[in-house]
Amino acid sequence: MGRFVLRRILLGLPVLLGVSLITFVMIYYLPADPARMYAGPNASVETVARIRQQLGLNDPLWVQYGRYLWRALHGDLGFSYNLQMPVLQAIWARFPYTLQLIAGGILVELLIGIPVGVISALRQYSWLDRAGMIIALLGVSTPPFWLGLLLLFWLAFKVPIFPLGGTGGLQHLVLPAVTAGLGGAAWYARMTRSSTLEAMAADYVRTARGKGMGEGAVLLRHILPNALNPVITMAGMDIPWFVGGVVLVEQVFAWPGIGRMAVEAIHEVDIPLIMGTVVFTALLVVLSSILVDIVQGLVDPRIRHR
Amino acid sequence: MEFTFDTGRGAPGTARRLAGERAGQGLLARSWRRFRRDRMAVLGAAIVCGLVLVAVFAPWIAPYDPAQQFDDGLSLEGLPVPSTLPASTRFILGTDANGRDLFSRIVYGARVSLTVGVLANLLAVGIGTLLGAVAGYSGGWVESLLMRFTEIMMAFPTLLLAIALVAILRPSMWVIIFVIGAVYWTWIARVVYGQVLALKAQEFVEAARCVGARNGRIIVRHILPHLLPTAIVWGSLGTASNVMLEASLSYLGIGVRPPTPSWGGMIQQGQQFYRSAPWLVVYPGLAIMLTVFAFNLLGDGLRDALDPVQRKRMEA
Repeated sequence: MGRFVLRRILLGLPVLLGVSLITFVMIYYLPADPARMYAGPNASVETVARIRQQLGLNDPLWVQYGRYLWRALHGDLGFSYNLQMPVLQAIWARFPYTLQLIAGGILVELLIGIPVGVISALRQYSWLDRAGMIIALLGVSTPPFWLGLLLLFWLAFKVPIFPLGGTGGLQHLVLPAVTAGLGGAAWYARMTRSSTLEAMAADYVRTARGKGMGEGAVLLRHILPNALNPVITMAGMDIPWFVGGVVLVEQVFAWPGIGRMAVEAIHEVDIPLIMGTVVFTALLVVLSSILVDIVQGLVDPRIRHR
Repeated sequence: MEFTFDTGRGAPGTARRLAGERAGQGLLARSWRRFRRDRMAVLGAAIVCGLVLVAVFAPWIAPYDPAQQFDDGLSLEGLPVPSTLPASTRFILGTDANGRDLFSRIVYGARVSLTVGVLANLLAVGIGTLLGAVAGYSGGWVESLLMRFTEIMMAFPTLLLAIALVAILRPSMWVIIFVIGAVYWTWIARVVYGQVLALKAQEFVEAARCVGARNGRIIVRHILPHLLPTAIVWGSLGTASNVMLEASLSYLGIGVRPPTPSWGGMIQQGQQFYRSAPWLVVYPGLAIMLTVFAFNLLGDGLRDALDPVQRKRMEA
């Protein structure tokens, strides 16, 4: 198991390097002058030239990238012109909020998606199944920002159960988490339904029934563990989309997370901050896909030995 | 319509006729019969056709110019007018914050959504199929290089990458089409890659190689036709995702530029009035949802119709 984990982590490193390189090259061609942004609009041409020299912006691309990597390894992601603070510090200040939202959203996804999928499969072709799957398809098709605004309108404005935005206690998290998770819940429901159906038709299930095992035990011992495996795989693939979707949810609810900071950074052409947030979120994606693989390895021994 | 996978050898039409007789009908004809029986899929296809008609004939359907600001389009307080006020029956969905007719704007918005959704998806399916097929077929270092690249692109948070690219390239409809295509192809590449790996090991590919067919010919005549069902299915499911992505970008204020009506942009402009004028948010959102829903229904239906094996697996 240790070797499996190590190999998985080592495979993640080139991905991270690639992400940082592509982002760096993209930003290098951004039609904006970082030295000018840094110096401010009133600085003289000489000052801008001096700052450009100081920041090393006259060096070739690969020298600049190497320097960025070296500093990043030492925990220095640069300095945000717009926020006037180190990028890493800005990210750490916002990260807990995004993490809350991700955790809440995933909880909503799993708590709604898996039961709906399993029930749909167990009652295949019943009206419950059909209604569930049509609702799931509608859920997949609902724009999250629109859903968020509707929830705000009905459950915070018309019937003031939840606050209109901002952060604080658990009641502040409910609507954003539901908004972030509902679309995903619909995907999980569809996915769980088909993998449960597949598991239900497997030979080992017939064998279990044949030896006189009760239906409840067959479901818990044989169907569910096998049905949930593809669902875990999907959780891993889903994360980049989820992190992307969080940007929208943060925008709707004025949630002070990383996604909103990234959008602001892009609007303000705050280059170190753009670079930092993209690399950081990519790191999140890579780490969570490693985590998913490890969980899967724990659940399914066949994967460990591949 | 008939469609069979002949070997391309022998007298033209012979193999096709033989295969046709044996199978009874071509793949597309059989799929079409399955598709017709699927009520939800037909519903999806009908909505998609309807939306295309709305987009094409927008000037005839919309009662007004989408950019025209009406004097009676704003209340005395300068707020948007709802459709329910008797004074404003001429605006069937009410007006927006600039006194423009919301219904006309939604009708014209279909143009942006569908154009971006369909063209971006053609690009994504094209790139994805090409890279996936080349990686799967060639093997070796080309395979490793392409699939590592795909993996890296998949690690980017999709929406954030799209936002960053649009910001760099300056928003316009063509840039958005390009950016969505450039971030969305990875999924298709992965699917196609897997399929090509499986196809490559099939006997008919080996047979073709034995009779001396070159790689190019094998890819074009024997591999690509088998990828057609996948491309068609993703053509629909992907369009659904891309319509959503376009709406999301517009909602964040980095989509198609404001005078051109786009559904996501309309929600963004309407959201500051959502308490007093919720229709500004509700109707454009319904339009997005209907479009995405229709393409998803269609895609699901196409998958079931074109790929009965998959369907059997899904329905166990």
